[in-house]
Amino acid sequence: MNLPETILVIDDEVQIRRLLEITLSSNGFKISEAGTGKEGLIAAATHNPALIVLDLGLPDTDGIEILKKIREWYQKPIIILSVKNSEDDIINALDNGANDYLTKPFRTGELLARIRVALRHIPGSDVDPNLTFGNLTIDLVNHIARKNEDILKLTSTEFSLLSLLAKNSGRVLTHQSILKEIWGFGYLGQTQILRVFVAQLRKKIEDDPAKPKFLITESGIGYRFHE
Amino acid sequence: MDFTDSRPNPDELLASLKLQEEKSKRGKLKIFFGMCAGVGKTYTMLKTAQAEKSKGCDIIIGYVETHNRKETSDLVKGFEVIPRNTYQYKSTTVYEMDLDAIVARKPMLVLVDELAHTNAPGSRHAKRYQDVLEILDNGINVYTTVNVQHLESRSDTVAQITGVVVRETLPDEIFENADEIEVIDLTPDELLQRLAEGKVYAPERSKEAVVSFFRKGNITALREMALRIVADRVDRQLHEYMQLKRIKGPWKSGLHLLVAVSHTQQSAKLLRWAKNLSYTMGADLQAIYVETSYKPDTKESEQLNKNISLARQLGIKFRFITNTNMVKAIVDFAQKENITHIIIGKPRVRNLLTLLRLGNFVNRLIRYSGNIDVYILGSDIQSKDRFKEKVSLPSFTSNIRQYLTASLTVILTATICYFIKGLIGYQVVSFALLFVVSTLAFFFGTGPILLSATMSALIWDFFFIPPAFTLHVDKPEDMLMLIMFFIIALLSGVLTSRIKRQERKIRIREERTNALYQLTRELSTATGIQEVISIAKNDIKKYFNLNCRILLKNDENQLEYSSKKDTSFTISKNDMSVAAWTFQHSTKAGKHTDTLPSANYTFYPLKGNQMNLGVVAIQQEIIFTQGEEQFWEAFISQISGKFEREYLRDMAKQAFLLNESDKLYKTLFNSISHELRIPVATIMGASDSLLTTQHTDEIRNELSVEIFKASKRLNRLIENLLNMSRLESGRITPRLDWCDIHDLINKVTESLQDELKPFSLHVVIPDDMPFIKIDFGLMEQVLYNLIYNATQYAYTSTNLRVKAFYDNGITTLQVMDRGPGFPDKEISLIFNKFYRVEGSKAGGTGLGLSIAKGFTEAHKGTITVENRQNGGAKFTIKIPTEIPQTELKG
Repeated sequence: MNLPETILVIDDEVQIRRLLEITLSSNGFKISEAGTGKEGLIAAATHNPALIVLDLGLPDTDGIEILKKIREWYQKPIIILSVKNSEDDIINALDNGANDYLTKPFRTGELLARIRVALRHIPGSDVDPNLTFGNLTIDLVNHIARKNEDILKLTSTEFSLLSLLAKNSGRVLTHQSILKEIWGFGYLGQTQILRVFVAQLRKKIEDDPAKPKFLITESGIGYRFHE
Repeated sequence: MDFTDSRPNPDELLASLKLQEEKSKRGKLKIFFGMCAGVGKTYTMLKTAQAEKSKGCDIIIGYVETHNRKETSDLVKGFEVIPRNTYQYKSTTVYEMDLDAIVARKPMLVLVDELAHTNAPGSRHAKRYQDVLEILDNGINVYTTVNVQHLESRSDTVAQITGVVVRETLPDEIFENADEIEVIDLTPDELLQRLAEGKVYAPERSKEAVVSFFRKGNITALREMALRIVADRVDRQLHEYMQLKRIKGPWKSGLHLLVAVSHTQQSAKLLRWAKNLSYTMGADLQAIYVETSYKPDTKESEQLNKNISLARQLGIKFRFITNTNMVKAIVDFAQKENITHIIIGKPRVRNLLTLLRLGNFVNRLIRYSGNIDVYILGSDIQSKDRFKEKVSLPSFTSNIRQYLTASLTVILTATICYFIKGLIGYQVVSFALLFVVSTLAFFFGTGPILLSATMSALIWDFFFIPPAFTLHVDKPEDMLMLIMFFIIALLSGVLTSRIKRQERKIRIREERTNALYQLTRELSTATGIQEVISIAKNDIKKYFNLNCRILLKNDENQLEYSSKKDTSFTISKNDMSVAAWTFQHSTKAGKHTDTLPSANYTFYPLKGNQMNLGVVAIQQEIIFTQGEEQFWEAFISQISGKFEREYLRDMAKQAFLLNESDKLYKTLFNSISHELRIPVATIMGASDSLLTTQHTDEIRNELSVEIFKASKRLNRLIENLLNMSRLESGRITPRLDWCDIHDLINKVTESLQDELKPFSLHVVIPDDMPFIKIDFGLMEQVLYNLIYNATQYAYTSTNLRVKAFYDNGITTLQVMDRGPGFPDKEISLIFNKFYRVEGSKAGGTGLGLSIAKGFTEAHKGTITVENRQNGGAKFTIKIPTEIPQTELKG
């Protein structure tokens, strides 16, 4: 095992910071804390943490602004903590470089899973050309997906969508980022296309399309490929 | 035995009580009353005040003139004196009483000399008595002095006795309503003695004048007058006292006097005389002016206005009645008001016409008045210009064009007749001409008609009556006909023009009635103060051609200077204080009035039945005539009424909202505090147990599960509260996006996994279900609340069905359970906030369903509930939804 990785928590609530400290340190992480956006910026620069957990509702500065400032030089994952009913803020954060999000109140188990996923997807790290999720395997080189060893008949768009989601498994992808990646800029806002393909894809890869196991909907935000 | 005479009149009793009540709130007015200057009124006033002061009364001097008399000046010492205001008036400095300082100082008693004094221009009020009234209104008692010659109703008599015309007069009303009057009496000899000693100050009079004024005869007459006034007052006080204490006694029969006023100077005298008469008779007095078809000229109008304001000053109720028949108007009014005596002035006979008109008037009035007594007061006013006064018939106000047209028409008719006279004969021609003249009378004024009548007569005589081309008439019947022709033409012309004048009057009245009707109609549909303001402004502009500004009171009951938008009508700070005065005293003020006439605008109070609402300021160039003023008052009283209704409605609404929020607050407290406490208690208990006791792993695990469950419950509650507040604030606008209904239902059932375990869930969605455009988050919450609700009430192991389908632009979602359903009488209430079905199980705030309803309605959809046939509830949501236009292919 390597040296423990440092996680920076930027949140103004002492109780939340305390909870995260207990949870994360008992799971092998080192914690650094900041109570305001300013402190957060300084801490991020001095500690260069492996991951940042950022609360959007900070007392001094707008969380989005902090996110943008940190993202100017910081390449590693940022996970957003936010209250519910602020889908716009979450999408905005994700579009501005956040890797994932969690709404308060959250389960610590969920947060740990997200942190692990995010740390695994460090940019530049090699991606295994063969991805396996339960009974589903995806061969990125040969553009083939198999379910229980049976080759799935996927159109090229369906495969692109599947591989995009699978490569980012565990992470949320916003509707717009998926549309931009697969269909291009001209299709931004055409969410119904995405829904059609998601429905088609589910019919092919899920055991029960009505209760998807892989392709999960994130209400009002996008999709997540479940590991 | 006649009961009516010994029974106290309830109306009078009520009035008497009301007067008492009003008086007790106001300050008390004591008048030191004397026959003339020099009797020692100021001296006595100061003496009395000193006696009061020694008893500990807080007394100040508002205004006292010592005239440098030592004994008086000595008395002033020891009193606090309010410094006087200075006014520059035509290069002289004038000192006046500082009203505001007195009101601000708020003593118990203030001494104010010379009540009848006229203030310098620029003061707030024209007269000092108005200042004193304001002081009294502020609950401050006043001592003041008055001489008999200053009484409005006596000024004529005084002028007759002494030859000195008194300009500074005091309305009788003020004197009569004084709480106490003390007569300062000296015998004429004593007074003359004092005069000789130089103890009497007589201002602005030459020595001869003083000598001629202070003649023994004069003084005796004035003294008698003063004493009689006070004696009358005492008599009346006794009467009032007897009424108040319900003492049966020799009631004076209920006498009601009516004085008919005209637009002549004589009427002013008539009014004063009538006032005196009513005073001594202890009778009630009203005045009436009858507006007939006669149109008073400017001078007469002015005199009329003066008479009316005199009547008001004398405290006489004035009525303005429009009727062409003067006698009928007076008699009708008198009968309606139970008048016992009618007082009229003796008509002045100027010429034959007025003799006919007015002589008849007196006779007819006496004839028709029945058992009402008629007093006719002699006329003694020598009017130098009596012959210059215009006779009412006829008025030559038509323009040149009318004269021309009238003559041309007559000439044309005559020419045509000339050529056909062989056919019709010369007599018929006269009828043709008569016809023309009568017809013209419909269009033109009296002047052109007189001209055309004369012309026709001459033309007929000259051209048609044989011998033609001479004015000579042969036959006597022709002569008779010519004369008759002339008279008929004249009469028909004049009569028609008179009818037209009447018509115009009626039209004006109709227009006014109509305007009031229109205003009422417009106001009745208006909602909100702003709308009422704009209607009021428009209509005032429309019907009075006046710009106005409406200032309303605020919640602190103070006049608010607002609406910056209005640039056409700027109100200065000075004007604003006039407005504030108007509002406070609910009396008109400003330009053209007695109060603060230096203001730029005239301010009228907006008076409601229960409160003052504000002030309307108008930029008035010409003073309203009496009729206009009445119309204007009716007009603004309509507006005030509406404003009052709006205010009261707002107040009622606020009270209602307050009540509602109070109710809501209570419910919230009752239900929320319980709902909050239970999970908090669980969390505290369980975690405390974990902290203090060594448990086995199993128990620790169980406790943690309990904590987790309680937190979830707490979270759900907070979620609901937040959603409710979002709904309440009206900030919910659905973010519509394409949605796969499978996805939506799956998402909800996923998060309700645990709750759904005891049931078997059936989701029914047709294969051809299209995507729909909804707000995913909101609908998720709706469905969540409905399904969660079902899981709380349905019987375990039953079927829970969720159905979705799309038909013709409407997406339907249904949630059906097998539970107790809802009691029929409560089923309509379950979507109400905080409503919980009676006897439903513990837990729940009664918010879930109302949130579901709110979010559905945000989608312009409906939510309904019904009981299912074999038990259970069925919720149905219908939302109008958009579906994709074309089928998409991968």
